[in-house]
Amino acid sequence: MDFESFRLVDALDELSLSPARIAMRGRVPERSTILDAHFPGHPIMPGVLMVEAMAQASGYLLLALTRAGRMPFLAEVREAKLRAFVPPGAELAIAAELEHEGSGYAVTRASIARDGRRVAEAELRFRTVPFPAPELAAQMRAAMVRVGLPDPAEAGA
Amino acid sequence: MAATVDAIAEIIASTCNLDRATITVDSHIIDDLGVDSLDFLDIAFAIDKRFDIKMPVESWMEDVNAGRASSDDFFIMRNLAARIDDLVAARAAG
Repeated sequence: MDFESFRLVDALDELSLSPARIAMRGRVPERSTILDAHFPGHPIMPGVLMVEAMAQASGYLLLALTRAGRMPFLAEVREAKLRAFVPPGAELAIAAELEHEGSGYAVTRASIARDGRRVAEAELRFRTVPFPAPELAAQMRAAMVRVGLPDPAEAGA
Repeated sequence: MAATVDAIAEIIASTCNLDRATITVDSHIIDDLGVDSLDFLDIAFAIDKRFDIKMPVESWMEDVNAGRASSDDFFIMRNLAARIDDLVAARAAG
């Protein structure tokens, strides 16, 4: 993970398109200005970044399902639970599964576990829209390859 | 169709904290009931799940934006219920 560049998942562990689910991992950085402030003497990963990590894993799942044909934008966070402190250096398992794919939206259930113990969970709802800018589409496709997802250009060939 | 209208009205009332009694078959869910786009996402999800369908909302909006249809055709309660009934029937027919 790199908090400053908002990269909150590091790599793919497992992807299934049917049923649609994804398992990813991320390591909380040892040092970050965010951890300096959150909190002095007691650094822990901010809960909003845990939610974002779940959203990013969900987003990669939705990108894989559409072969990067549509961009998922987080629209709603429901039933979010932050169950435990997550310290610097923690190795996290970040998972998401598709609850429903609607017309122009999608719903996922996501979770984070540390050492097999669930530390966060949420239901997330996304708007899924055609990419509003080619630069964003290119960035997302590059990000998919970086974390180990199938290259959408090759997958669609 | 009456049962479908009732089901949709219950979903909208619950999602948007509206008095069920204010929702009629002639209500336009955007213009009359003030449902915004985020609430509509929740409503669409609840309807999709309740009826085991996938409302083609994007296609409807394309038709409205292109002038091929009026928003009344999709978002007045009686018309939305009729379209849901059609989708349910199409699913049942396989």
